[in-house]
Amino acid sequence: MTITVQLFAAARELAGAGEVTVEAPAGVTVRGVREALAIQHPKLSGLAQRSRFATDREFLPDDAPLPRDGKLALIPPVSGG
Amino acid sequence: MIQLTTNPIDATSLLTAAQQPAAGAVVLFLGITREMTGDVQTAALNYEAHAALAEAELSRLEQTARERWPLVECAIVHRLGLVPLTEASVAVVASSPHREAALAAAKWLIDELKTTVPIWKQEIGPTGATSWVHPEALLPEEWTL
Repeated sequence: MTITVQLFAAARELAGAGEVTVEAPAGVTVRGVREALAIQHPKLSGLAQRSRFATDREFLPDDAPLPRDGKLALIPPVSGG
Repeated sequence: MIQLTTNPIDATSLLTAAQQPAAGAVVLFLGITREMTGDVQTAALNYEAHAALAEAELSRLEQTARERWPLVECAIVHRLGLVPLTEASVAVVASSPHREAALAAAKWLIDELKTTVPIWKQEIGPTGATSWVHPEALLPEEWTL
């Protein structure tokens, strides 16, 4: 299935786009998306290792299933404040 | 009250809202754009957020702070976009009947915000060169590979 990953800050600039798509088997976990993202978008592999994944409402642990709508956000280490 | 805004933060109105009859102490924290970090000169900062998630996380922080301390008012405002030197990127206001709660809550809120809320800063140098700040902090065990 096709998963849409929303990008921010340095990840957005590395990819040159606000989102990228990742192909992964149905039933994939967040960890699987992280691994697929690093392989399919090598420019993001370094930052992806240090980033969290989230929906619009909450952070997801690596063993969480993919949200039903197939949409995730990549959250690099934050630096607000 | 939590808010993301692209406008300058009006700290005076936040203080006014916190000065209620039940309060005996009001604490205001402002994070402002600093010119020098070591030898590196900053001309301005630019902030970006995952707005929906940042608002959800800020609301959770306010709720948790209100559960932990007897707060009368609790406000967290973060500015997005360009923030020039000396202007505030973030404001935290806490008021409580006695000072200990407001002081502790304000410190906890800004410390948590800086480590958990999905907002990022970009340094803009005097020549216009830009760089995103992504701290090298160790990841919590539950979301490392």
